Amino acid sequence: MMKTNNVILETATKVIVFIILLFSVYMFFAGHYEPGGGFIGGLMASGAIVLLLIAYDIKTVTTILPFDFKKVTAVGLLFAAGTAAGGLLFDKPMLTHWFTYVNPPLLGKMSLHTAVLFDIGVFLVVVGVTMTIIQTIGESE
Amino acid sequence: MNSLITLPLLIPFFTAIILVFFAKNIPVQRWISTIGSISTIIAAVFLAITVYTDGIQTMNLGNWEAPFGITLVSDMTSILLVLTTSLIAFVCLLYSFRSIGKEREEFYYYPSFFFLVLGVNGAFTTGDIFNLFVFFEVMLMASYVLLVLGGTKIQLRETIKYLLVNIISSGLFVMGVAYLYSVVGTLNMAHISLRLHEMGQSGIVTVIAVLFLIVFGIKGALFPLYFWLPGAYYAPPAPVMAMFGALLTKVGIYSIARTYTLFFTQDVGYTHGLLEILAIFTIILGAIGAIAYSDVKKIIIYNIIVAVGVILFGVATFTPESLTGSVFYLIHDMIIKAALFLLIGIIIKVAGTSNLKEMGGLIHRYPGLGWTFFIAALALSGIPPLSGFMGKILIVRAGIDAGNYWGSGIVLLSSLFVLFSVMKIFINGFWGEAREYKQQEKVPVKWLLTAPVILTICAVLYGLGTEALYPIISTAAETLSNPEIYINAVLKE
Repeated sequence: MMKTNNVILETATKVIVFIILLFSVYMFFAGHYEPGGGFIGGLMASGAIVLLLIAYDIKTVTTILPFDFKKVTAVGLLFAAGTAAGGLLFDKPMLTHWFTYVNPPLLGKMSLHTAVLFDIGVFLVVVGVTMTIIQTIGESE
Repeated sequence: MNSLITLPLLIPFFTAIILVFFAKNIPVQRWISTIGSISTIIAAVFLAITVYTDGIQTMNLGNWEAPFGITLVSDMTSILLVLTTSLIAFVCLLYSFRSIGKEREEFYYYPSFFFLVLGVNGAFTTGDIFNLFVFFEVMLMASYVLLVLGGTKIQLRETIKYLLVNIISSGLFVMGVAYLYSVVGTLNMAHISLRLHEMGQSGIVTVIAVLFLIVFGIKGALFPLYFWLPGAYYAPPAPVMAMFGALLTKVGIYSIARTYTLFFTQDVGYTHGLLEILAIFTIILGAIGAIAYSDVKKIIIYNIIVAVGVILFGVATFTPESLTGSVFYLIHDMIIKAALFLLIGIIIKVAGTSNLKEMGGLIHRYPGLGWTFFIAALALSGIPPLSGFMGKILIVRAGIDAGNYWGSGIVLLSSLFVLFSVMKIFINGFWGEAREYKQQEKVPVKWLLTAPVILTICAVLYGLGTEALYPIISTAAETLSNPEIYINAVLKE
């Protein structure tokens, strides 16, 4: 079968992918005070990658993002488990979190919370698992 | 801070994660998993000592006070089960090194193995009913992977059945938790128990009790919900079969024992009476299956079902003595079932078939294998100096004291059938003229045999050391028969 010319889809993808990725990052950081968080952020980020997969093909996407997504999942789990076990090092129960307020120059008053590290873990696991599923099904004949 | 309680969960978890990075490097995987497994055992031993000297250990995760956060609770029952689980996992791991094969090892066998250990240890340790569900799922998902890994036809077929049954039972579990939550408004197990005792008897609680019995009955293979087990456990390779047979159903039994001693103690006549009837039928059906088949795997699989019935009969009798017997028998059964599955794995390997009618005379070539199997078989049926005796005698005696002569009689008779079924393997497989095997030269079994030999030695020591173990195990049963100890330890009032 001759490959159809997908110039409109590909051009639109180039713009839209960044918007989706930005929105996923926004959702990720909004999680503490508003709806959002690691799970939906991760799903949306993998949605962006899936759009790339639709517009191009698996080979192109693996050149753009040369990750082994199974290892991305494992790194995510390490983040989550590490945050969970981190409390033990400070003689507190597992999964104890800390936060502090900082006043960086431009951004104004903001709170930094160790739960974000846990959420990064969730984000990576979701991206890793979704992409592993899709790539595995896509590649198998 | 007693961070020791988290180690039997965190060590397998970290081991599993790290193993993912070394998926293609089999020697490294083996080393990491050995280290992870041994350190889990060491952590469990230290935790057991702590629980024995200082009483029940609890940890409120995230530093939230007891009813509001998730609590991990390690009483004597759960730490003994965690310790047994870690030991069995280590032994099955040793056996896997020589038998599981390169293609499975390269495709995340060891990470799945450790996620299974994590799920089982977590289910034994948690003090929160929804967290119990989550650990059930961790355990089940790992077991789906281990069951299907390898992708032979029979594995695919049985995994579909196993998956379907367990998804339905997990759905029922969520419904059960939802009903319970809407009645008592809490998820912490100690707090639920407290609320239920304040509320007194009501019909809906009995309904929820029966729903939980159905859920855990499906997981733990109770009559009439055991139908999925003989097929599903027939499919995977020997070490996976040993893990499943020793651990998975026992988590269901533990959950029944926990909920039926902690939560549902108001309408004992109905709920425990029902459990008793189901347990007796489980024993009968299991015994029928065990003597009906001439396939070594099927015989041992039906012996799991008999043991499920015996343990739950002890739980249903619901006296301190019968609960002690149940805990005794539960630990014995985990060890001895793992040993037997590993042994029949070797038998199938050397005979080239699992059909008893095509075997014979194995004792001439493999005396070590034969005598280990003989001792394990005697221990299974409860011959006095060995491990199965004490648990069963306590269960039977408590049953007779409670006036349940029929049930106790059936438990006693079941021993005879169990002995008959395993002796059938011994007599037909090991005695007699040596048949023509597929392999003409002797199969090297020395390394494979170390794993079940370790477990059989444990079973023998467990039987001989009954006197020393009795105070420990009666402490465990005391927490079960007296929920106040558990509630006070968690809620610290």
